[in-house]
Amino acid sequence: MSDPDAVEARHVVKAFGQGEVAVRALDDVSVGIRRGEFFTLLGPSGCGKTTLLRLIAGFEAPSSGAILLDGRDITALPPNRRPINTVFQSYALFPHLTVAENVGFGLRMQGKPRTEIETVTARMLALVRLEALAKRKVAQLSGGQQQRVALARALAPQPRVLLLGEPLSALDLKLRKEMQIELKRLQHETGITFVFVTHDQEEALTMSDRIGVMSAGRILQIGPPREIYTRPANRFVASFIGETNFLPARHAGGRVTLDAGGELTVEGGPEGRVTVAVRPEQVRLVAPDEPGALPATIRDLVYFGTDTHCHLALADGTEVVARLQSSASGDPGLEPGQPAGLRFAPGAVQLLGD
Amino acid sequence: MEEETKQARTGWLLSAPALAILLLAASGPLLVVLVYSFLVKGQYGGVIWTFSTEAWFEVLFTRDIFSDEVTLADAHLAIFWRSVKLSLMTTAIAFAVGFPTAWFIATRPPNRRALWLFLITIPFWTNLLIRTFAINEVIRNEGILNTLMIRAGLIERPIQILYTDTAVLIGMAYVYLPLMVLPLFAAIDRFDMRLLEAAYDLYASRWQVLRRIILPLVKPGIVAGSILVFVPSLGAYVTPRVLGGGKNMMIGNFIELQFGQGRNWPLGAALSMLLLAIVMVALLIYVRAAGRGTGHG
Repeated sequence: MSDPDAVEARHVVKAFGQGEVAVRALDDVSVGIRRGEFFTLLGPSGCGKTTLLRLIAGFEAPSSGAILLDGRDITALPPNRRPINTVFQSYALFPHLTVAENVGFGLRMQGKPRTEIETVTARMLALVRLEALAKRKVAQLSGGQQQRVALARALAPQPRVLLLGEPLSALDLKLRKEMQIELKRLQHETGITFVFVTHDQEEALTMSDRIGVMSAGRILQIGPPREIYTRPANRFVASFIGETNFLPARHAGGRVTLDAGGELTVEGGPEGRVTVAVRPEQVRLVAPDEPGALPATIRDLVYFGTDTHCHLALADGTEVVARLQSSASGDPGLEPGQPAGLRFAPGAVQLLGD
Repeated sequence: MEEETKQARTGWLLSAPALAILLLAASGPLLVVLVYSFLVKGQYGGVIWTFSTEAWFEVLFTRDIFSDEVTLADAHLAIFWRSVKLSLMTTAIAFAVGFPTAWFIATRPPNRRALWLFLITIPFWTNLLIRTFAINEVIRNEGILNTLMIRAGLIERPIQILYTDTAVLIGMAYVYLPLMVLPLFAAIDRFDMRLLEAAYDLYASRWQVLRRIILPLVKPGIVAGSILVFVPSLGAYVTPRVLGGGKNMMIGNFIELQFGQGRNWPLGAALSMLLLAIVMVALLIYVRAAGRGTGHG
């Protein structure tokens, strides 16, 4: 426990504007990012994730609270005196410099000897596989190549922490997938702490060691991807990451009575008025007359290739989506209008307090 | 093939008006001046139609009236040197004042920029002579500046600014400032401010950001602004005449003198051609510099 976090934000508040019109972009945010981890700040646009990143980089000063690096307070340090580098969403490569000059820029500003700059630049270009383009001007590169130059440029001074501000959002899907793998590889090879910002939940789930889910200037939940997905802390997290069925209910002593009719048994969770959250892939379709199954009617079937989304209506009309794995023929053997029974996989039901 | 020749002919036809203006309005007068520089001066001005290289000789040398001894024309060279020096200094002052001004305007919200640019250009719509006399009024011994400084107790006697090189510099820098600000503004406006953050992030100090990122990227604007200020400064006539007085001549005044009191039209013509040559050389140097900076050269 004596080992301090690589980056820590302590009760950080960032307000823009003054008095009546002041907007709190960050509202008492505290988060510790561990050394060597791939941490993702995930949230919709305007949730404050980019503001938090800019505060860590030093481009903005917090209205109150502190930013710590390896346990040391760096709140008052300007960006050029923080051993933290950023990969910008726009890449922000220097158009008048070559690829190699861009990559070596940080080391040059640090006043490193020429031989060291050349060695490190060559190593970084090899790391992102751009050795052949060292002498090019950056304007002559494709989007993916520019992205890799931006990465090499930010990694070259060997920062304590690398910040990535939605760097993949400008790339097309295929390139983005490639860069996701590339980023993971780079993080593994360099051992540098990565703080990644995205609004893409799939990106966050596949790449991160831990995710901090943000909304309206607050961090709602911090945890590994699996935990965030299977045990969302509240309704926002559950709906923002993946799809979820929300069923209003009442909970008393382990027995949950759905407003739509039917009962479930759960362990723990808040009592009284609750919302039952269950992922579509955890909903099973069984025979309508099976004991304990919730009676429902099939409304619609949507074919997605790997699976089929079955939209059902409970007795009171509440909609539930079940995700069924497609059969070899692709035919689910179901028809709209047909009655069906619903069961939820054991342990897949979660209660969210209202 | 036939189609191409037809197109070529149409092309020539369409550019004919432009070519005509170029020939009549630009090349024509220049040719006249060039021819005049190779003629003999008339006694009361004008020229005598006899070929002579005397005017060109006079640009650089003086022949003693009594002994026919040939010496270098120091006075002419001094005037040329003064003109180049004052023009370079004017350009430097205009840049020093214009760069922060252009930066300020370019970083205002878009809806405010037009107003600032308008304010910068207002003096430009005013007659040059009036503006120059306004400067005269400010800096003369009994003028606003000296009166205020004496009242404030900063000085006891008025400082002689009028009729010095300083006065000429102040006047020219003021007159040509918009020509520096506008191209600088255009260049800074195109500058991606996000690069500043990227450079700060990569350990650059404020000075390094200015030197390594901002200046190289706005260089086309610096070059354009410098040309636009340096060239008219070099040929300036009104400003040095009004603010520099009779003895602090620049090339423009010296040329005027030859066509007026000096009654030496060929010398005036030769000096004009020389001025043109200096401007061309300056332009060439600038263009080369600009080409290196942007990587298109």
